[in-house]
Amino acid sequence: MLEIILNSLPRLLSGAWVTVQLTGLSVFFGLFLAVPLALMRVSKYKLLSYPVYCFNFYFRGTPLLVQIFLVYYGSGQFFLFLQDLGLWSLFREAYFCAIFTLTLNTAAYTAEILRGGIEAVPFGEIEAARACGMSKSLLYRRIILPKAFRIAWPAYTNEVIFLLQATSLVSIITVMDITGVAQVISAKNFAFYEIFLTASALYLVLVYGVLFIFRKAEKRITNHLRQPMMSE
Amino acid sequence: MLYGYGHLLLKGFQLTVLVGVTSMALAIFLGLFGSWAKLSSSTYVRVAANLYTTVFRGVPELVLILLVYYGVPTLVQDLLSSFGRDIVLNFNPFLSGVCTIGVIYGAFTTEVFRGAYMAVDKGQIEAARSFGMNKALTFRRITLPQMWRFALPGLGNVWMVLIKATALVSVIQLPELMRNADIAAKATRKPFTFYFVASLIYLTITVVSMLIQHWAEIWANRGVRRA
Repeated sequence: MLEIILNSLPRLLSGAWVTVQLTGLSVFFGLFLAVPLALMRVSKYKLLSYPVYCFNFYFRGTPLLVQIFLVYYGSGQFFLFLQDLGLWSLFREAYFCAIFTLTLNTAAYTAEILRGGIEAVPFGEIEAARACGMSKSLLYRRIILPKAFRIAWPAYTNEVIFLLQATSLVSIITVMDITGVAQVISAKNFAFYEIFLTASALYLVLVYGVLFIFRKAEKRITNHLRQPMMSE
Repeated sequence: MLYGYGHLLLKGFQLTVLVGVTSMALAIFLGLFGSWAKLSSSTYVRVAANLYTTVFRGVPELVLILLVYYGVPTLVQDLLSSFGRDIVLNFNPFLSGVCTIGVIYGAFTTEVFRGAYMAVDKGQIEAARSFGMNKALTFRRITLPQMWRFALPGLGNVWMVLIKATALVSVIQLPELMRNADIAAKATRKPFTFYFVASLIYLTITVVSMLIQHWAEIWANRGVRRA
């Protein structure tokens, strides 16, 4: 049992690197997309807020697996159209489809989390900034968004953890992440519990590692909000 | 309708709801038990409960579903063959899917119930104890009825995540909604159509669940005076 685990560990670790890549890239692009989405979502113009509401509702209300299949297999139904646009070579790649879907999915969740943060910014701070003569863009850049991020950070941490776990679904569309590698090795060697237990352990290390980093960051960005220690 | 595959999707929908409700029932049972363990005065019980929630909230559902469906039978076979007994063991996809999802989300409901238990006014528990109710009776008559009110929002959230997670059971060939949409998509070569219809059915389940949750919360809070 130990032998097969040790022999498959290098390949599982290379799968772990793919998992980290998928998570990192989708968190990065997802956040990039989520900020404008959240700003549109809180807009008072229905024309801006309503489409984002629908987007968020769809991506939060349906299983990620359906979304992945919709992009990876469903794009085949629009083969000619995508080929005309020159996008078919992208949608043919499972890796691209995986990152594309994970990005859209996490963007929807993150946008809702950020919306909560933006709406929780105390009105007095906005009023003060306006009284100082800040323009709307400066107000968002200097006051609202930094504050909203701090408020939303714990919820955002959860979202990143969920995304890290959700990347395991891309193994179903043949991407070789931890779960994908585990499925191939275990089926070939008929060693199911050994390999899947090792894979679980790898995920636990990744999840609690990410959690540790995000908790550290949380301490850093909320340092000024905590009561100073009574030392003297 | 839908190239003659409409009834297949409908059957899948029924099984999805069945899987969801059964695993939610299991998750609620485990959650009550787990929150009791987390609040226990025995260190061993507390450590065991913390281990349970830490592990099952940290490993992806898909890995656990595969581990239970493929791994546990082979583990049992290997153990028995070391005692000189050879059997072939196969798990039923429905049972192993429900058990896995129920156990995973039991870890989440454990936290929900723990918070709900702590939200119940301690004075009421003291009053019940001073009336001579024993611990079990206090829990049944005083704590549990009030816990539901605090637990409902959290349980609603767990249910929404759980019903979407049931789509993963399709990988162990249980003919629920996702699996049947897959079959229809491959047979008709209309993948987008069928996955999109499936996603709309999931969306409908979500909307209906949100409505039910809303009414349930109004019902549970009917005795609370509000400003």
